[in-house]
Amino acid sequence: MDTILPIIAGAIFATGIYLLLRRSLILTIIGIILISNSVNLALFSLGRLSTENPPLIKAGSLEPLAPFANPLPQALILTAIVIGFGLLAFALALAYRSYRELGTVDQDELLEDAEDTSAAIVPRNDFKKGGDA
Amino acid sequence: MKSLILHTATRLMIGVLVLFSLFLFFRGHDEPGGGFIGGLVGAGAFTLYAIAFGTEASRKVLRVHPITLIAIGLLSLVVSGLIPMFVAEPFLTGKWLFIEWGAFDTKLSTPLLFDIGVYLCVVGFIVTVIFSLEEE
Amino acid sequence: MLTVVALIFIVALISPWIYKLFKEKSGWVLALLPFGSFLYLASWLPHIAAGNVVQQSTTWVSMALFEVNLAFYLDGLSLMFGMIITGIGTFIVLYGSGYLAGDAYLPRFYCAILLFMGSMLGVVLADNLISIFVFWELTSFTSFILIGFTHEQENSRRAALQALLVTGIGGLAMLAGLVLMGFASGHWEVSALLNEGDIIRNNPHYLAILILVLAGAFTKSAQFPFSFWLPGAMAAPTPVSAYLHSATMVKAGVYLLARLNPVLGSTEPWLLLVGGFGLLTLLVSAWLSLSFTDMKQILAYSTVMALGTMTMLIGLGTEMAMKGLSVYILSHAMYKGALFMVAGAVDHEAGTRDVLKLGGLRSLMPISFAAAALAAISMAGIPPLYGFIAKELVYEAALEAPLWPVLVITLAVLANIAIVAASAIVVIRPFLGTKVETPKKAHEAPLSMWIGPLSLAVLSVLFGVLPFLIDKSLMVPVASSVYGVPMDFYLSLWHGINLPLILSLVTLAGGILVYRFWDGLRESAPMKVYQNGFAMGPIRGYDGVLAGMLGLAGWQTRTIQNGLMSNYLVTILITLLIAVGYTFLTRSGIVWNPGFGNVLIQEWAISIAIITALGIMLAFGHSRLTMVIGAGVVGFGLALIYLMHGAADLAMTQVLVETLTVILVVLVLIHVPKLKDLRSTTSRVRDGVIAVAAGAMMTLLILAATAAPFDAFISEFYAEASYPLAHGRNIVNVILVDFRALDTMGEVVVVAIAGLAVYALIKMKRFGSSSDTNTGGRTSSGAASKQGESS
Repeated sequence: MDTILPIIAGAIFATGIYLLLRRSLILTIIGIILISNSVNLALFSLGRLSTENPPLIKAGSLEPLAPFANPLPQALILTAIVIGFGLLAFALALAYRSYRELGTVDQDELLEDAEDTSAAIVPRNDFKKGGDA
Repeated sequence: MKSLILHTATRLMIGVLVLFSLFLFFRGHDEPGGGFIGGLVGAGAFTLYAIAFGTEASRKVLRVHPITLIAIGLLSLVVSGLIPMFVAEPFLTGKWLFIEWGAFDTKLSTPLLFDIGVYLCVVGFIVTVIFSLEEE
Repeated sequence: MLTVVALIFIVALISPWIYKLFKEKSGWVLALLPFGSFLYLASWLPHIAAGNVVQQSTTWVSMALFEVNLAFYLDGLSLMFGMIITGIGTFIVLYGSGYLAGDAYLPRFYCAILLFMGSMLGVVLADNLISIFVFWELTSFTSFILIGFTHEQENSRRAALQALLVTGIGGLAMLAGLVLMGFASGHWEVSALLNEGDIIRNNPHYLAILILVLAGAFTKSAQFPFSFWLPGAMAAPTPVSAYLHSATMVKAGVYLLARLNPVLGSTEPWLLLVGGFGLLTLLVSAWLSLSFTDMKQILAYSTVMALGTMTMLIGLGTEMAMKGLSVYILSHAMYKGALFMVAGAVDHEAGTRDVLKLGGLRSLMPISFAAAALAAISMAGIPPLYGFIAKELVYEAALEAPLWPVLVITLAVLANIAIVAASAIVVIRPFLGTKVETPKKAHEAPLSMWIGPLSLAVLSVLFGVLPFLIDKSLMVPVASSVYGVPMDFYLSLWHGINLPLILSLVTLAGGILVYRFWDGLRESAPMKVYQNGFAMGPIRGYDGVLAGMLGLAGWQTRTIQNGLMSNYLVTILITLLIAVGYTFLTRSGIVWNPGFGNVLIQEWAISIAIITALGIMLAFGHSRLTMVIGAGVVGFGLALIYLMHGAADLAMTQVLVETLTVILVVLVLIHVPKLKDLRSTTSRVRDGVIAVAAGAMMTLLILAATAAPFDAFISEFYAEASYPLAHGRNIVNVILVDFRALDTMGEVVVVAIAGLAVYALIKMKRFGSSSDTNTGGRTSSGAASKQGESS
């Protein structure tokens, strides 16, 4: 499997990137899901694959039965999955909110909306006025 | 959602799911499971209930506000980290208490408290998100 | 000494409660703190006078590269500064309690002024270069709060920001200089550096060190052309100006120069830069003081002049200059502190501090008048006040200048003529002459407000008449520590008829003359041009730089961040591809070794399922349900892969999260309309090329990384230690909750914050439903949440 896994990870990543670049925020978010899956898979292969025993210690022994799967990437990916879910939830909420405020999930239209208020980008200049010095 | 099968099944399932999530949680230190997985199953139970009976009912079953769960969870994390500092060991060092009852030996530990924090945060987080979106 | 500094900080932080306890009496209570510190420092006087130094050190941060210790060093110089800071600080706390009586922000004043006092004391007592910098920056921050005390007024805010930016930027330059100095010598303690001056002076980076340190000192001590922030900072309430500008903040730069004189001094660049800037500053600002009618502005520019004098003396570096410096610093602190406080008292009681609108206050405010008169006589350098001794010594030092003594003494006399006139203006105009109708009915200031100026003025007389009180005990140690070599001298009022005395008489006569014609001079065209050029010029420069920076930032933001997210992403991805591709080509080389021989049948099945799902997603991009299901298939496929490779926990997590993801996405999709991909074919092709390249990069990265040798050390440690050390049989869980618990904690916190953010995003009130007229933008969620709260 370790020969085919990099290709799968690459395919998922490519699809994710393509979706990330779409106009619809929803597609962008699905792209993010795919990208984080792909990265998790990459991390998993970096810990080297093993079809052997899970990293569990049987009752009565002090160490897992060798050869066992590498526990470290598992721990890292486990939290990464949950964090990825957190990111997804936040992104969805943001997309939903921006739809409710601005009436669109189209990135290009969001820009047009932002341009109406482009003054917000330029910081307010308090420095020119006043001062008795 | 108005579906007799879903309603009946959910009523039966919620208890089972919550128990299952606790089971997964408590065996987590020795078998697959733990705070993250248990928390996800537990959150799944309340999500199912919310889909079947609406968030109002699900909130009642949960009793506390989900953000309270997050808060208690974070508190447990911090407390589990602070306990070892009282015996002059670094933050988050694991401290263990073995109680032998004869039949059931119990291990109480700061990692367990830590895992409880993880569990509560995960449940609180997902239930917050699902309830918020569901109520729209 | 650590205790004293720490105590001041602690009391500062609890001062609001002290205020609650003692109300209007709290000024007297809090003044005990600086007074106690003053007595503590004074108790070292005999020890220091005997030629000793005190060193105390507590390790704070210790690293291989350098150490940051809370080290304190007490010698003549730091003792005198420490006593000035705490001594005048005592009067300032009292004065503030009267000046700001009834002000709602009085507790805040106590807190800020004590924090500032602690920082300032830290600067002068600290021995370690890095801790000097830390305290130095603390003075910048606390002075920002103090100068902007009346933060409702725009010019206060502006002045505070000006002071912070100017001194802050200088402080950063100084940090670079101090670090260079530390590495050049290998010593991080000033006390050790004092003996290593030659190493620094011969270092190839000497000039860089010098310029960087001077940038810090000159900005802090308001040397021309950085002097503009100091008069601007007069927007602060008078207790603050009196403290910052007579005794403390601005003296920090002078202190640093004096402190480092044995290390960096007595070179040609030092003489030219320090002496030159000092001379320029003292001349320019002395005459600028005559172009204002606001008492505080006049005093502010005379302070800049005094700072210039001190800087010049340090630059000259002769024994006589050091002697003059030590006397001048003390005399200036006393008379300037007193004059500022009187100016504030006049403002407070009469309602204005414009000398043209004041007159004849003598009979109404007799005590303030006495204090002001004595202090001004000292400032003008008239015997028998202490200021006279100081000025005589300055003249003597100028006459002995190692370079162009004639020029130096001429400029010094010219500047002092203006100062004599300024001294006359701030006393004669408000207090003598006929009574003038003032905005408020004037009467004598309360005890808390005149005790400080009067005490300082009396001390000026005492030290002038009886200079032996302090010459051996304080002045000699101060001059010695600045000079770097022990010195011995005594002070006296009468030196016989010599050149400095004659010059003093010339100065006095010139000053009186200038005073007589002041009104005409002030209004004359050359004076206006002069003021415009030297006082307003640097401010315009500052404003210009600031506006330029804002303009640049705005331009850059508009250019780089055009708001189109796909453009950002394309830029980021192309950069990434180039960077990774370059590394592949030049460093590692591409590894391509997939062999499909040992792939099991179920693995083929999973792979094909995933690839098919991806294909369907791309083909049916318009159907959102297809997308969700496709992503789900990919996720479950991953779960199976994890399961087959001994990762049970991962597989369970992945399945659960995938389920919840589907629910979540569907919940949002219910509300959001469909959107066809309307992008042109060109941009789709572009995106497709980028996507394929990125995917290939990912594949190649994994192949290259897995081809490298594998070090399982950490994983094996976890496996071995899991049960014996952490009593857990599920190694993954043990890593999560025990070995790497801090990581997990951070991650859980992120999840918790995400939950709160989602809640806020969904639940907060609609932005449009309240009024959206009062803010320009609808784009910032921060503005939206404020709206939510207010509605």
